Amino acid sequence: MPVPILKQGDILIASIQVALTDRDLLQLRDELSDRVGRLRAHGVVIDVTSLDVLDSFATRTIRGIAHTTRLRGAETVVVGIQPDVAFSMVQLGLALDGVATALDLEEGIELLRARVAEGRRHAR
Amino acid sequence: MLAEMRQPLELRVSIENEADIVTARQEGRRLAARRGFSTTEQTLIATAISEVARNIVEYARRGEIMLSTVDRHGRPGILVVASDNGPGIADTELAMRDGYSTAKSLGMGLPGCKRLMDEFDLVSEPGRGTLIRMTKWVR
Repeated sequence: MPVPILKQGDILIASIQVALTDRDLLQLRDELSDRVGRLRAHGVVIDVTSLDVLDSFATRTIRGIAHTTRLRGAETVVVGIQPDVAFSMVQLGLALDGVATALDLEEGIELLRARVAEGRRHAR
Repeated sequence: MLAEMRQPLELRVSIENEADIVTARQEGRRLAARRGFSTTEQTLIATAISEVARNIVEYARRGEIMLSTVDRHGRPGILVVASDNGPGIADTELAMRDGYSTAKSLGMGLPGCKRLMDEFDLVSEPGRGTLIRMTKWVR
């Protein structure tokens, strides 16, 4: 099942609602990379609040999404990693190196807005 | 193999594609919840199942996961057996080392599973297949 992607200003919000198969995740990556360009988005939020498992493939793919969108000119922040999921990722030896994370959607959007504003200041 | 036959088998999930990975870990979580595992432990078990199921899809293409209930001195547990008739692992010691990987995984899969579960055994024969047994006990 494809992940719905909402647009709020120049931020795209991908809210993962169900357990994703590998194919869904890869589709999300391609879809986000495409829309960042088409919609001229500067930030992407991936909300994983509903995910009860983040295994090595999911972690690797989410990291890939963040790196891909960065190359397309947008920052990605992953929000809503549940405490049990975080603990499990650490036990498994997984990390989201170089990927911004925030507690929830609200904080994620705040973080992105700050980063985008900072980016604009540097660009001036 | 014989000892495991005597365990009450709860469920057999055949693993043939990536959607089966999701099914296997969801069934695993359900059984773990019924056994009295905490939600944190349920997540650890579901994640370990996800990893071994992914191993089957990536390396062997097809196999199965058996979920059973076990007891030791009155302590309930869950036994997960993942088996396939795939190419097998030539050097199982190497495969259990952190950071080792032949395909696209992070090399965290199997050693990571060992940390997620209480017991972990890997038997493999090149050309014949791989059998992984992992157990977790309720704290």
